[in-house]
Amino acid sequence: MSAEQTTLAFDWSCRILADNGCGFPAPGLHSFLFQPIATVGGFEFNKVMLLALITTLVVVSFFYAAFGRAKVVPGKLQMIGEAGYDFVRRGIVYETIGKREGEKFVPLMVSIFFFVWIMNIWSVVPLAQFPVASIIAYPMVLALIVYVIWVSLTFKRHGFVGGWKNITGYDSSLGPIKWLVSFIEFFSNLLVRPFTHAVRLFANMFAGHLMLVMFTVASWYLLNSWLIPAAGVSFVMTMAMIVFELFVQAVQAYVFVLLACSYIQGALAEHH
Amino acid sequence: MIANLVQLAAGEEQNPLVPPGPELLVGTIAFAIVFFFLAKKLLPNINRVLEERREAIEGGMEKAEAAQVEAQSVLEQYRAQLAEARHEAARLRQEATEQGAAIIAEMRAEGQRQREEIVAAGHAQIEADRKAAASALRQDVGQLATDLAGKLVGESLEDHARQSRVIDRFLDELEEKAEAAR
Repeated sequence: MSAEQTTLAFDWSCRILADNGCGFPAPGLHSFLFQPIATVGGFEFNKVMLLALITTLVVVSFFYAAFGRAKVVPGKLQMIGEAGYDFVRRGIVYETIGKREGEKFVPLMVSIFFFVWIMNIWSVVPLAQFPVASIIAYPMVLALIVYVIWVSLTFKRHGFVGGWKNITGYDSSLGPIKWLVSFIEFFSNLLVRPFTHAVRLFANMFAGHLMLVMFTVASWYLLNSWLIPAAGVSFVMTMAMIVFELFVQAVQAYVFVLLACSYIQGALAEHH
Repeated sequence: MIANLVQLAAGEEQNPLVPPGPELLVGTIAFAIVFFFLAKKLLPNINRVLEERREAIEGGMEKAEAAQVEAQSVLEQYRAQLAEARHEAARLRQEATEQGAAIIAEMRAEGQRQREEIVAAGHAQIEADRKAAASALRQDVGQLATDLAGKLVGESLEDHARQSRVIDRFLDELEEKAEAAR
C-alpha cells in the first residue's frame, strides 16, 4: 500500500445537519478498492478475488447438483439447470452461430454466461454487495478468451489473406474508399472490439454499484431531523435500484455472451 | 455492511480501466475451473441425457405410430370381413328365398301330380267298378231274363250255348233300344 492511500472506515456519525464537520461520504473510485483479507507470500488476496472464487464454486456446484447425476426424467434442480442450459444453447448460440457450427462453442458460452451472471449478482447479495465484474480484470479475461478464439478462427477458416479481408471488411466493389473502410474496420474490429466488449460489462456493473452505494449511504446520511422523509425516498430508491440491477446483471451477462457469439459467427462467415 | 468493509482511499494514479495483475490471474483461474467442469463433465453429461430423452420420446412416438397403423389395418380388415359377412348373409338369404320358392313350386307340382294320380286312380277304379258292375249286371239280368223267359215259354233252356245266344240277342236288342231312345 502506498502512502497516499489512507484507509477509510465508514463514519456512522456522519449525518446531514449534524454539524460535526463532515460532508456526504460520496462513493467514488475508492469504493472499488479493498484491503487484502490475507497476504500469502506477497500475494494480496482481497474480497473481490474471494467473490470470484465463490462464483466458481457456486456455478460448478449448481451444475454438479443439476447435471452430476442427470436423469432422463429430470428432478426440479435438473429442470432449472436444463432451462438455463437451453437458454444459452438455443437462445443465444444456435440463434447466432447456428446449430452445426455453434455446437462446439456451447460449453464456453454456457460457462461465460453463468460465470458472468453470478459475478454480477454479488452486487445485491447481502454481505457480498459487490459486483465482481466492476473490476475490469474479470471482464477482460473473458473478453480476451473470446478475442483469441475469434481471431484465430478467422485465419483458420479463411487463410492469411482471406482472414485479413474478413477482419478489415475488404470489398473491392467500394472503389477508392475501400482503403478507408478497411482501415476503419481494422481499427474497430481488431483493436476496439475487445476493449468495448470488456468495458460494456465492466462499466454497467461499475455504475450500478456506484448508484447502489450512493443511495444506500444517502439513506443513512439523510436520516436526521426534518430530512427523514428524504432518507425514506433514498431508501425506496435503493430498493428500486436493487430490482433494476438484478435486471441489468442478467442483461449484461446475456449481452456479453451474445456479442461473443456474434464475433465468432463473423469469423466463420464467408463475407464479413 | 459497507461500514464493516475497510476501503482504501483512491490514489491519484488509480485508473479503473487498468486491470490489476493479480485479479487477472484470479479471474483466469476462476473461469478456467468453471469451464473445465462444465465442458469436460457436466455438459456432456446433460447432452447425453437429453439425447437419451429425445430418443425415448421419439421411440415412444414411433411405437404409438406403429400401433396406430396396426390398429388401422386391423380395423380395415374387420370392416372388410364385416362387409363380406353382410354380403354372404344377403347371398344366403337370397338363396334361401330362391330355394324356398323352388321348394314351394316343387311341392305344388308334386301335390298336383299326386292329386292327378289320385284322380286318375279314382277314375280307373270307377271305370273298373263300372265294368264289373256292368258285367255282373249283365249276368244277373241275363239270368233273370232267362229265368223269366223259361217260366214264360215253359221250355227249359238248359242248353248253355243256346241260352247264351238268346241272352246276347236280348241284350243287343236292349242296347239298340237304348241307343234309339237316346
